[in-house]
Amino acid sequence: MSEKYSRQNITRREFLKIVGISTVASSTILTGCQSGDKNKGDIQVKGEIPTDKMTMRENPKTKEKVSLLGYGCMRWPTLPAPEKGGNVIDQEAVNELIDYAMAHGVNYYDTSPVYVQGWSEKSTGIALKRHPREKFFVATKLSNFSNFTRENSIEMYHRSFENLQVDYIDYYLLHSIGNGGIETFRARYIDNGMLDFLIEERKKGKIRNLGFSFHGTKEVFDEVLAMHDKVHWDFVQIQLNYLDWHYASGNNVNADYLYAELEKKQIPAIIMEPLLGGRLSKLPDHLITRLKQRAPEASVASWAFRFAGSFPGVLTVLSGMTYLEHLQDNLRTYAPLVPLTEDDRLFLDQTADLMKQYPTIPCNDCKYCMPCPYGIDIPAILLHYNKCVNEGNLPTSKDNVTYRESRRAFLIGYDRSVPRLRQASHCIGCEQCVSHCPQSIDIPAELHRIDQYIEQLKQEKL
Amino acid sequence: MLRKIRITLAVIFYLMITLLFLDFTGTLHTWFGWMAKIQFLPALLALNLGVVLGLIVLTLLFGRIYCSVICPLGVFQDIISWFGGRSKKRRYRFSYSPAKNILRYSILIIFLIALIGGIGSLAALLAPYSAYGRIAQNLFAPFYAWGNNVLAYWAERADSYAFYETEVWLKSVPTFIIALLTFIFVFILAWRNGRTYCNTICPVGTILSFLAKWSWFKPVIDSEKCNSCSLCSRKCKSACIDFKNHQIDYSRCIACMDCIDACKHQAISYRHPKKSEKAVTPKPTDQSRRSFLTTTALVATTATIKAQEMKVDGGLAAIEDKKVPKRNTPILPPGSQNARHFAQHCTACQLCVSVCQNGVLRPSTDLQRLMQPEMSYERGYCRPECKKCSEVCPTGAIKLTDLAEKSSTQIGHAVWIKANCIPLTDGVACGNCARHCPTGAIHMIPSDTSDPESLKIPAIDVERCIGCGACENLCPSRPFSAIYVEGHKQHRII
Repeated sequence: MSEKYSRQNITRREFLKIVGISTVASSTILTGCQSGDKNKGDIQVKGEIPTDKMTMRENPKTKEKVSLLGYGCMRWPTLPAPEKGGNVIDQEAVNELIDYAMAHGVNYYDTSPVYVQGWSEKSTGIALKRHPREKFFVATKLSNFSNFTRENSIEMYHRSFENLQVDYIDYYLLHSIGNGGIETFRARYIDNGMLDFLIEERKKGKIRNLGFSFHGTKEVFDEVLAMHDKVHWDFVQIQLNYLDWHYASGNNVNADYLYAELEKKQIPAIIMEPLLGGRLSKLPDHLITRLKQRAPEASVASWAFRFAGSFPGVLTVLSGMTYLEHLQDNLRTYAPLVPLTEDDRLFLDQTADLMKQYPTIPCNDCKYCMPCPYGIDIPAILLHYNKCVNEGNLPTSKDNVTYRESRRAFLIGYDRSVPRLRQASHCIGCEQCVSHCPQSIDIPAELHRIDQYIEQLKQEKL
Repeated sequence: MLRKIRITLAVIFYLMITLLFLDFTGTLHTWFGWMAKIQFLPALLALNLGVVLGLIVLTLLFGRIYCSVICPLGVFQDIISWFGGRSKKRRYRFSYSPAKNILRYSILIIFLIALIGGIGSLAALLAPYSAYGRIAQNLFAPFYAWGNNVLAYWAERADSYAFYETEVWLKSVPTFIIALLTFIFVFILAWRNGRTYCNTICPVGTILSFLAKWSWFKPVIDSEKCNSCSLCSRKCKSACIDFKNHQIDYSRCIACMDCIDACKHQAISYRHPKKSEKAVTPKPTDQSRRSFLTTTALVATTATIKAQEMKVDGGLAAIEDKKVPKRNTPILPPGSQNARHFAQHCTACQLCVSVCQNGVLRPSTDLQRLMQPEMSYERGYCRPECKKCSEVCPTGAIKLTDLAEKSSTQIGHAVWIKANCIPLTDGVACGNCARHCPTGAIHMIPSDTSDPESLKIPAIDVERCIGCGACENLCPSRPFSAIYVEGHKQHRII
């Protein structure tokens, strides 16, 4: 607990030190690259996105070519209000996004029965149905989080075929292994015989590749991976990005270890959270400056994608792209991929070091914790807090030069981002959310800490 | 010239006082809060002798300029009356009528009895400042707030923190209806006959009228210059100029100076009258030319304003609105000392209700204390950093010296309702009441005395509880909280 408190109490001097390091480092780079043709006023800064340049990776088992950019279907654009029947997804927008992705070489689509309040599979299925089956690979998961029974799990498996409107599933995953430790893993997949069932289905050809996605401790990872000899995992989905490489949050395992273990066993890796739910594109100002100064025309996000894509053992990198602009930006990065140089790697390692000194909460807005039975909007609270951290609106004392403005921005922004009744003050600490968080954030503790901070802000007792 | 000065001052006073009721942020009160405090009845109730003496001297010197400049309801009527006289046909619609003394004196007596007897709500019904406060708070403030919310909407999109959204809600149906009826009543009277209300009903007007008779400066008609053209009389919204006898009823004259400008022969001037001009007020002639109370069929449009529905996007659990628990004793704001003191001093002007940012204060619906504020905690609780109500209160009904006094004043105490408590009903850990109690009056104890590890339930140290309502408001049990505050008749420092 005390360590968590000290993390937010970053002093002014420390802060200036961090900013100072990054600006010095980046300004030296900037001075070296001031060439360029100023006469070409009509030139498009970024040309057309090529449709045939997507970097492809080969699945060692099936020899099929998978696009390096995979479409994560967890963050589809939603409607302002649910339709009759409850659908919350903007189907028109999904169709447009998938058509665009298809046209530019993206052939891997990853969904789950629980994504977007349970509507993602169906919506993804509708959009994909409009394309020839052999043109895409679809991945979905056994997301039996709350009800482990064999009946429920098998029903969930069959419903995925219905929703996706397919006869076979290209990539099928045991969803989020590691949450809840090895006991939960056994309860979800071993004791109810589901793993054996799925291996049978693979034999029948209903599942072409069987794997698992992982969030959790080293012990669980080692144990599940050790089953490789028996199960033969066709792929494993891991969380990998330049922050998690050395600095995985909570109990999670650093990505360098996960990737190295997969390399050893020659299992292809599928990458999730390459951008940490957008956290690696919404950086503190001084870090944005740092990245921009090294490559002024590259987007902040492109660094994260190049990092994840540069590993040869990576089959595809998933990104939950809600907006066309995100899709376009990622297509540019991967069509084709320009792998990171040794220097670039070092540069990102240093960036991660600087980032680690910033007290943001590692929430990726995956919403697995939702709905909170007491109505709290957990991700919205954590994201608002992170936003204020990044924008420097987290006053630590009345003596801060910008105390008044920051306080106003924090408190008014809080009411805007989170309705009063869903704010942290209403968190009762029942801890029902804790086991759901893939980033193993101690949500109640963080909410209570934020609530206490807000109390101090409101009462001006900082 | 005098008329222009009067209008300028009146507009400034009127706008500022109105803004006091509209400004929910409480910023303006630092600068213009005194305007509410120099209102006659609030000053009298606050025993603010300086102000009362000042107003008496002012009236003895200049006549009832209190009514034409300081009183917001008076100026409000002038505005309505001005619009009422815009058409050519109605420009000279006033005429002299004798004073309705029986009516105004009986109302004054009722008012005084109510005031002394502590029937605050009846006094508040008649008092002009309170009546205007209710109109501004109930009828004008929502539009102001909605306007603000539109700006907040755009500010949010422009990434600016200049405006923030505020909640608009119907605080009390009876008070809203009373404000609406008062508005309609005053509107009709003012539209037709100018200042009828001030000279027949308003108790403050009647009190000041005794003094105004003896005021040093007053408008005087020079009978030598006057050719009895009746122009002044037809321009007099107080209907107090008897042009035939060159007399002005100074008890009803509000020193608006309209007649001075209206007279084409400079026969009227604002000065100290000569001895010869000091004539007795004319005998009241017993002719009632117009019905003074316009009977109007009023259909009270009860606005059925539904409680704002929660946005439910499916990803969030629905939240039921909290309901008001039945309290045996109403909760009064800290600084109101005790129920009797409060009932006697509060004029129910709604200024405190307007500035309460936590949605705690609202007018009472209880007949005994109708329209006087009371507290409830479904929307928020009495936050430790706020004492806005005591800052704005013009009568001293709510009076705090500092926040420390507030935080140590016990206005009520929390009561636990076992049947609603979440650890017992849902079987999960909670303790949100204890976590937010500002005085540490709530301790969490095991629900099973034999098992120290069992889920914990709150135990209230009533002696340390101040009744702020944090526990009640933040209790997860809905619609009724598992812990609620019972008010105290007598507040005390703990």
